[in-house]
Amino acid sequence: MTALANIPKQVAEALDQLDVTTSRRSFLKSAGLLVVGFSATGAANAQAAGPYTDPNYRQLDSWIVIHQDNTATFYVGKTDCGQGTGTAFRQMMSDELDIAYDKTNLIMGSTDVTVDQGGSGGSDAIQTDGWPMRRVAAEARRVLLELAAQRFGTPAGQLAVSQGVITVKADPSKTVTYGELIGGKRFNVTLTGNNINATTGVAKLKTVQELKIVGQSPQRYDIPAKVDGSLKWAVDVKLPGMVHARNVKPPVAGAQLTGIDESSVRGMPGFIKVVSKGNYVAVVCEREEQAIAASRQLKANWRKPAAAPFPSSEDLFKYMRSATPTSSTAPNVVGNPDAALAGAAKVVEAEYDVPFQGHTAIAPAHATADPSNGQLTIYSNDMKSYGMRNGVAEFLKIPREQVRVVWMEGPQGYGRTAADDAGFEAAFLAKEIGRPVRVQWSRHEETAWDTKGPAFTFKIRGGLDGQGKLIALDYNAQAADYNHVGYNEADSVLIAQLFGTRRTPARGSAGAPDELYEIPNRRLASQVVSLPLIWETPLRTGNLRDPNGPQVAFASESFMDEMAAAAKADPVEFRLKLLAAGTMDDAGFRRARSIAVIKAAAQAYGWDTRSSPKPVATGNILTGRGIAHSFRSQTVVAEIAEVEVNRTTGHVWVKRLVCAHDCGLVINPEGVRRTIEGAMLHSLSRALHEEVMFDTEKVTSIDWNSHPSLTHADAPATIDIVLVNGDPHPNRPDLPHYGAGEAACKPTLAAVGNAIYDATGVRLRRVPFRDKRVLAALQTARV
Amino acid sequence: MSKISLRVNGATHALDVDTATPLLYILRNDIGLQGPRFGCGLGQCGACTVIINGAAIRSCITPVSTVKGEITTLEGLAKGGTLHPLQQAWIDEQVPQCGFCQNGQIMTAKVLLDKNPNPTDAQIREGMARTLCRCMTYYRIQAAIKRAAKTKTAASQASEQEVVA
Repeated sequence: MTALANIPKQVAEALDQLDVTTSRRSFLKSAGLLVVGFSATGAANAQAAGPYTDPNYRQLDSWIVIHQDNTATFYVGKTDCGQGTGTAFRQMMSDELDIAYDKTNLIMGSTDVTVDQGGSGGSDAIQTDGWPMRRVAAEARRVLLELAAQRFGTPAGQLAVSQGVITVKADPSKTVTYGELIGGKRFNVTLTGNNINATTGVAKLKTVQELKIVGQSPQRYDIPAKVDGSLKWAVDVKLPGMVHARNVKPPVAGAQLTGIDESSVRGMPGFIKVVSKGNYVAVVCEREEQAIAASRQLKANWRKPAAAPFPSSEDLFKYMRSATPTSSTAPNVVGNPDAALAGAAKVVEAEYDVPFQGHTAIAPAHATADPSNGQLTIYSNDMKSYGMRNGVAEFLKIPREQVRVVWMEGPQGYGRTAADDAGFEAAFLAKEIGRPVRVQWSRHEETAWDTKGPAFTFKIRGGLDGQGKLIALDYNAQAADYNHVGYNEADSVLIAQLFGTRRTPARGSAGAPDELYEIPNRRLASQVVSLPLIWETPLRTGNLRDPNGPQVAFASESFMDEMAAAAKADPVEFRLKLLAAGTMDDAGFRRARSIAVIKAAAQAYGWDTRSSPKPVATGNILTGRGIAHSFRSQTVVAEIAEVEVNRTTGHVWVKRLVCAHDCGLVINPEGVRRTIEGAMLHSLSRALHEEVMFDTEKVTSIDWNSHPSLTHADAPATIDIVLVNGDPHPNRPDLPHYGAGEAACKPTLAAVGNAIYDATGVRLRRVPFRDKRVLAALQTARV
Repeated sequence: MSKISLRVNGATHALDVDTATPLLYILRNDIGLQGPRFGCGLGQCGACTVIINGAAIRSCITPVSTVKGEITTLEGLAKGGTLHPLQQAWIDEQVPQCGFCQNGQIMTAKVLLDKNPNPTDAQIREGMARTLCRCMTYYRIQAAIKRAAKTKTAASQASEQEVVA
C-alpha cells in the first residue's frame, strides 16, 4: 500500500472532494454529478495542468477508488448518451464489489482521468465494456478479502462480505469495512489482458444467480439534476476570458471562398476576429449574441461549383438507380435463386426507397476549447471523447499528451453527429485566438450540415412455390454512402475538408438482411453509389443510430410481409415457419430467440391469425396491425404496430406499439424499457416524418418546419414492452448481457408500413409516410 | 448597451446589455442559469422556455427589451427545497433520455397544468405539440404530466379538507 502520490491528479482531486465525509445526503447529491475538472469548484479546477498521460487500464487503481467513509468511486472509459448506461455500470460494478449501489459514484469519459474504453458506440456498453468493469470490481473485492484475511488471521474463505463490510463467519463480532482496509490508499494491483476489453484480475465473476443489484431498477442517478436545472452541460462551460465563435458556411455546396470583406463586421460590438482557412470561415466575438450577429452580417464572396453538387431530393432515387456503383460486395448466394425464381409458382417484385435522414440533434453541435498553459482542453458532449483527443492532436499536429477531452452531458449521441466537427473547430479556433473559445452551430447549420444516414434504394424479388412457401429471394440494395465519414478523423471532419484536406475516400457500405429465415435459394447483393460532390458536402454520410439497420429492415421486412400476403398467410405464422424451417442455430441461439420474441410480441398484442390486408372498412379511420422482426448483434426484437389511417387526410397515427426484446441478461429493466421506447419512437419519427430535402445547390431542410420530427401529437396511446430474455438456458451461469441501445430502432419502419397495408391494402414502399404521400397512394388505389 | 433590471426566480438583477439581445443569452450568460437552453433560436423547439406572467415564453426569440414581469426558469420551480410535482413526476417516471429538451417540456407542462389542472390526453397532446424531444420521450412525458396532475389534485383536495376541518 502506498499513499495517493501516484494517482492522477484529477482522481486525487475527486478523492479529496468525496473524502470530506459529510452526510449521506450530500454524498448522494454529489454522486454521479461530479464532473472532474468542471465541478462545484468551477473554472479554477478546469485548469488542471498537463501533460495528460493515459490512465493505465492494467492498474486496478485506474478503475476503482475506495474512500475512508466506505464509499467507492468507479472510473470508466464510456459516455452515457441518455440511455442510463452509467447507472447500469454502477450496478454491475457495485454488485461484483459487494457494495451498496447508493454508496458508489461513477466518473466517465474524460480522457485524462478514465481509461480509454472508446466512449459510446455500437450498443457495446453493456455487451462489451461491462465485462472488464465487472472483472475489475470482482478483483477489488478479492483483494479486500485478502487484506481482511491478513488482518484477522483467518483464511479469506472463512470471511463473509456484504455491502462493503467483511465479517469473520465464525465470529461475527470481527468486522472491518472496505474503507477501513484501504480507504484513501492505492490497491497497487496490476491487472492483465492484451487489450482493455480483456482486462482482468484473478478473481472469478459472480454467477448470474449471485448477482443482486443487477436486475434491479435503481433510478438513474443523472435525472434529478436534469429536471431541477442544476446539471452543468457541455453548453454551460464558462471560462475566464472565454469568447464566442460562429461558423459561416458556404451558401452553396461545393462553393469556393474567393474573398472576405472584414470591414463588414469590424465595427460591430465585441468583434474580435474573422478566422478563415481554405473554405472554413468563423467569426469570433466577445459575447454570444455578438458572434451570431456578426456571422450573419459578414460579407464573404463565394464561387459556385461548375457542376451541380447533387441531384435534387426529388430526383435522388432515379439518380441512384442509374448511377454506376463505386463498390459492390460479393453477393451472398445460397442455392440457385435465378432458377428457383424462374420455376416459382408466384413471383413478387418490389422497389423500396429511403431518403437521407439526419441526426438533427435538439441542440446544435457545440464545444469549448481552452488553450491555457500551452495545453488544450476540449469540453465536449461527443460520445467518443477519446477519439476526439487523438484526432484533434493529429489535426493540430500537437502531442496528444497536450490534449485532453472533458466529456460532459449534451444532446443525444446517436452516432457520428456534428459534435465531432464542433470539437475540432473549437480546438482550432482556441489555438488561433489564444483564448478559450466556445463554438456552437446554428439550427440551420445543424439540420443542413450534420452528417446524414445514407439514402437507400432496394430492388427485391421473391418466389413462392405452389404451397405458398418462400423458396427464392433476390435482394439488391444501393446506398448513397460513398466517402462515409468516421468518428473524429483528423482528415474527414468537416473543418479538415473545408481546409482542403483530401484523404482516400472511404468506401461506405450498404447492408443486407441477416434474419435467420430459412430460404433455400437466395442472393443478397449490395452496392454503394456516390453523389457528384464528395468533399465539403452537407450530404456527408456518417453513422446514424443503428447504421443502415432501419433502412435495410424497412425493405426486407416489408417485403417479407408482401410475400406473406402473396401466400395469403398470416404474417406472424409466415415468419415463424421460415425460422422454424432451419435446423441449426448459432452460438447465441438467435434462431430460437427470434422465434421466442415473435411469439411473445404476438401474444402481448393479442394477435389474431389471419392474412393481410383485412377487408377495407367503411368509415374515415382505417385500422390495421403489422409486425416486423430483426436482430442487431445478439439482441433480438419483434415489434408490432397498430395504426389508424385517416382516409381523407392520409394522416397515420401509430396508436399502439408492442416490442418483444431479448438482450440477454438485463441490468436495469426500467432503464431498458425507456431505451426501447426511445429507440422505437426515434424510428417512428423516421417512418412518419424525416427526410432531408435539397435542391441542386443546397440542403433546404434547415429547421424544424422544413425538417419535421415526431411530436407529442404522434406519441402512441399505448406502448407494451416484453423483456423476453428467451435464452434457451435461462439458468446457465454465463447468461451474457447484450446491448439494448439500437436494436429496437430496426423493425419499426417496416412494422408501421405493414400495418398501413393491413389497414388499407396499399403498400407504401417509401418513407416517410407523410400525410400527402399516404393520401396520394390511397387515392391512386381508390381506397 | 443599456442598464436594465430583470426579476428572475425572486431575485433582481441589474444588467448592462444590448436590449435587442434575446432573453435566453442574458439568462444563460449574464445571470448564469442553465435551465433554459438553446435549441433552435427560432422559437420552434421549446428548449429555451421560461414562464413570464403565467405564459410559456420562448426566450430565444424574445428581446430582453420586451420582457415585462417576473421570469421563472426551471431553477425556480422548486420551493423550499421541494421539487415541483412535475419535476418529481419526471423523476418517478424516469422521463429523460439525454434530457436536453426537458426544460422546455417541464416548463410548458407547468403552464398547461396551471391553466388546466386535469387535462385530457388530447389536451396534453395539443398543449405539448410544439415542444420537441429528439430522444422521443413523449410517451413518458405524457405519463409524467398525468401523474403530476393527479398529485396536484390530491394535494389541493387535502389542503381544502384542512381548511374545512
